[in-house]
Amino acid sequence: MGTAIKETRADRLFLLCNYAFVTVALLVVTYPLLYIVSASISNPKLVASGEMWLWPKDITFEGYKRVFNSRQIWNGYANTILYTLAGTAVNLLVTLPAAYALSRKDFVFRNFFTGMFMVTMFFGGGLVPTYLLVKELGMINTMWALIIPSAASIWNIVVTRTFFQSAIPTELQEAAQMDGCTNLRLFIRIVLPLSLPIIAVMALFYGVGHWNSYFSALIYLNDSGKYPLQLVLRQILVLQEMSAQGGTMVDAATATAANTKAEIAALVKYAVIIVSTLPVIAVYPFLQRYFVQGVLIGSLKG
Amino acid sequence: MDYLNAKTADGALPHAAVPEPSRDGRGEKSGIKLWKRIVKNWELYLFIAPAFFYFLIFHYGPMYGIQIAFKNFIPTEGIFGSPWAGFAHFERFFQSYYFWRLLWNTLGISLYELAVGFPLPIILALAFNEIRNGWYKRLVQTVTYAPHFISVVVLCGMIILFLSPSTGIFMHFLRWLGIDPPNFLTDPRWFKTVYVLSGVWQNTGWGTIIYLAALSGVDPELHKAAVIDGASRLQRIRHINIPTLVPMMTILLILNIGSLLSVGFEKILLLQNALNMESSDVISTFVYRVGLLDAQYSFSTAVGLFNSVINAALLVAVNQFVRRTSENSLW
Repeated sequence: MGTAIKETRADRLFLLCNYAFVTVALLVVTYPLLYIVSASISNPKLVASGEMWLWPKDITFEGYKRVFNSRQIWNGYANTILYTLAGTAVNLLVTLPAAYALSRKDFVFRNFFTGMFMVTMFFGGGLVPTYLLVKELGMINTMWALIIPSAASIWNIVVTRTFFQSAIPTELQEAAQMDGCTNLRLFIRIVLPLSLPIIAVMALFYGVGHWNSYFSALIYLNDSGKYPLQLVLRQILVLQEMSAQGGTMVDAATATAANTKAEIAALVKYAVIIVSTLPVIAVYPFLQRYFVQGVLIGSLKG
Repeated sequence: MDYLNAKTADGALPHAAVPEPSRDGRGEKSGIKLWKRIVKNWELYLFIAPAFFYFLIFHYGPMYGIQIAFKNFIPTEGIFGSPWAGFAHFERFFQSYYFWRLLWNTLGISLYELAVGFPLPIILALAFNEIRNGWYKRLVQTVTYAPHFISVVVLCGMIILFLSPSTGIFMHFLRWLGIDPPNFLTDPRWFKTVYVLSGVWQNTGWGTIIYLAALSGVDPELHKAAVIDGASRLQRIRHINIPTLVPMMTILLILNIGSLLSVGFEKILLLQNALNMESSDVISTFVYRVGLLDAQYSFSTAVGLFNSVINAALLVAVNQFVRRTSENSLW
């Protein structure tokens, strides 16, 4: 818009500043990501000393080798894949039908159900009563404790409902019903095939949520064999570092007697960050275009 | 979860927030009619059933469990059978020496986060919106959204690696600039800044989505007319784009204020250590530590309840205030 009219000098200056600002934002976001990638394949000595600061130096794949040989990490990976698939399936099975029912104007108690779900957004029982409930239900130390207590999110139900309301023509549904199509058939044969963008977005949101969550596992799982990837990562990235920190400060003077073990440990950390985050980052650009189609169009009209 | 939620929240909220139980059942005739409408769509009740039972059990169930805040919970007696304790747990909490510390830290982190994290997505969205170059805009968006998908554990791992006193790249950078860096991870004075700025890095890009969507709804004719009237780009942003964003800003602001006391504890828990505790201990991490690690169920439930009640009260108060001054309130 406005391209036909010649830009004034002030406008050109503004545009220039704007591009500069956006580019700075881009670099600030990109740099840490790029650094992690470079650090994961660089000589850990050069990483620790700060000589490697942008592009990989003295390339080594030792970090990845160790990650791939770690049973702990593989086990966590397998657990996370299982929890993510099962959890996302449950999420979709709960969210999609409920959102569809709520999208129908002829659904008699829709306001009651919407209200009942909405209340939980602003008020809840809190951590301990929820924990006691999960314990009471016998789900402690099972994968169900990570899946059932987070079977649906009210936001996602609302967004999906709004999508159904705005993207699926009511006339189409009414016509199908005139032809004697049952609600179940209508939902499976007509509504769902027209709703792939929102299904993809929901699968992404829920899936990423499961992939990235650690807290439920921390409180509900006791058996380290059942730990998801994020809990394993917590042990590698957070807990070890904390205990090692006191050491590095004391050793600062004798740092020349480089502790290769600590360096390898740092290398493994960078590699494990890449290995654990890659699946999510790889999936997301393919789904990004759906954000516009699905969530934005849907949610704005709400 | 919190941030993602707040962003996908959007305008869908207002009209659905008020439950309005149907009361069409007046008179016998309409009663039969209502019944017919229910029977006709009986499958829809099956559709909603899983969600209904989920919210009933896992959201309303724990609300029933809140009563242990007023009891001395004895596991063998169960929630119902445990003896009443009145407000003893609340009194203990209010009188404890850590009460003010917890409140201050929780509010401090929230307000800091609000002050820095709230305006940035708006500014960035306005800046993105001015980019006319299609592929550059897409690139910037794709890249700035990406950190949102990084897990808390990995983010904290990155923070710890970057800020590690002798080897962290950020520390090398500061030393290169000639600054002698403090130990960000253990110095209590730096905890809140580390927490807020890492959050900004992770979520600002994602936060623009909702505003960009609102900006895409601006009628191009408005801009054309403004250009003809000789308005500069800055003036058009000021008088067309920003007013477009006001309703969204108001709603997100209300929601943010309504959750001032519920700082995301997942990240704090990971960055917390014995040395920075005095500035990193917040209500939610306290509830976790006392409730689940020390198993003081009743006491920590009372603390959690205090937290939720304040949140709910803040939400209602802010909404009330906004409703009186503009039409963008939640309900």
